Amino acid sequence: MSIPLPAFARRWGAQVLLIGGLLVLWQILSGWAISDFFVSRPTDIFASIVTSTLDGSLPFNAAITAFEALLGFAIGGLVGIVLGVALGRSRALSDLLNPLVLCFNSLPKVALAPLFILWFGIGLNMKVALSAATVFFLVFLNTYTGVRSVSSELIAILRLMGANQRHVLTKVVLPSALTWVFTGLRVSVPYALIGAVVGELFASNRGLGAMLAQAQGQFDTAGVFAALFAITMLSLLLNAVVKIAETRMMPWQKQADEQATI
Amino acid sequence: MTAPLIVFTGVSKTFETARRTVEAVRDVSFTASRSEFITVVGPSGCGKSTLLNMTAGLFHPTKGLVQYDGMTLTDLNPRTGYMTQNDHLLPWRDVAGNIRVPLEIAGMAKREMADRVAVLIEMVGLTGFERVYPSQLSGGMKKRAALARLLAYDPETLLMDEPFAALDAQLRLKMQTELRQLCRRLHKTVLFVTHDLDEAVALGDRILLFSGRPGTIYQSIVSPLPPDRDLYHLRRDPDFVRVTGDLWDTLASTSTVEA
Repeated sequence: MSIPLPAFARRWGAQVLLIGGLLVLWQILSGWAISDFFVSRPTDIFASIVTSTLDGSLPFNAAITAFEALLGFAIGGLVGIVLGVALGRSRALSDLLNPLVLCFNSLPKVALAPLFILWFGIGLNMKVALSAATVFFLVFLNTYTGVRSVSSELIAILRLMGANQRHVLTKVVLPSALTWVFTGLRVSVPYALIGAVVGELFASNRGLGAMLAQAQGQFDTAGVFAALFAITMLSLLLNAVVKIAETRMMPWQKQADEQATI
Repeated sequence: MTAPLIVFTGVSKTFETARRTVEAVRDVSFTASRSEFITVVGPSGCGKSTLLNMTAGLFHPTKGLVQYDGMTLTDLNPRTGYMTQNDHLLPWRDVAGNIRVPLEIAGMAKREMADRVAVLIEMVGLTGFERVYPSQLSGGMKKRAALARLLAYDPETLLMDEPFAALDAQLRLKMQTELRQLCRRLHKTVLFVTHDLDEAVALGDRILLFSGRPGTIYQSIVSPLPPDRDLYHLRRDPDFVRVTGDLWDTLASTSTVEA
């Protein structure tokens, strides 16, 4: 290597090499060192992805799961933000609801699936509810922390400037909670998918979770991997959307990042 | 001599927490005249900041009276402005946006606001940085922006709680110089809290030496330095050397017990 490559090119090169190497290793070992019944092989998985994409089943199921996750994400996020701000601003309210919050926090949200099936049936609503319940808590907790972490000194400074409660809320509390809200949203993207996919695994014939369950039922390991791949891609896509929204809504963060990298 | 602006008479303040009662200040009396620059110096945690909070009307004394312009304070004192060690700029607003905050609260018209912001930016020497976010400003520039925001709504009294403590020595000297000049030009009354004796003597027309817990005024010294002093050459000024030396001696004699 006589020509020095820029750092990012070298990093990318190393990453591509690593992933490529793992795939090749997988391909070689499969059927020889480990039974391909368990691990399938990259070429078969690729073929499965192509087939299910061409016959439309993969995009269809992915769209269903994405829709459930997005709707759950939106509902859970919205309720989380509203309640987070309300409880963050009111000491009395947060003291009152503290035990409830603690209980709900301790509960693994997917354990609610059976209950939601009873309530909402096995249709789309159940998956949305499960996804929303999961997202809600993460966003709520982050928003609450964000609202609570506003410096009392800063609020004092503003009140001396003549600020009333509305000024404090709109000029300080909400914008400063926004950073936390987005942290909550970003963290909860995979959880929104967990909600949707677990819901589908429980009871459904549509969605990536159902696809996963069907493939497993038919001992189609390549199909299972194909569904896992699709779920991962969906999660990355949702993450990117949140990231873009974040940069749009908080341009000052971008400037701070630029500063930090110099 | 006009009536003093700020009058503390026998002020004590205790804070009740769940576990214990803390007496922050005890029997503090002093007056501040209009346009006077008073520095309050003493060890950390001796209740200096409590004085500022009481002048701002954020706390009220447990005993004694705090009067402002002849009136006993019962509520927030909107004629004061606060600046602390943390500049508390809003990170989501650029410099101009931060300075606009008090003007927006006051409901000032857009055009008038722009003019006022321009004047303030020029005053604190931040021309060209209007559209920059705080995260990109240096420490000194943040202080300038915070100062401009403080001056924006033109409070009569500035309450400053170790505003320059986080700056390096050279920058601190520069900011001190500019602060004194600005306050003299704008006839501001200033209560400036610091734990740095040199800073207290350099800036103050009068220096209140605080001590111990609970905080009390140990000594009040009228500065022998002229109002238009040159802060850059104080190190060789015999008056400065003498006053800081005396204060160090006093502080040493009061703190031997606690050390």
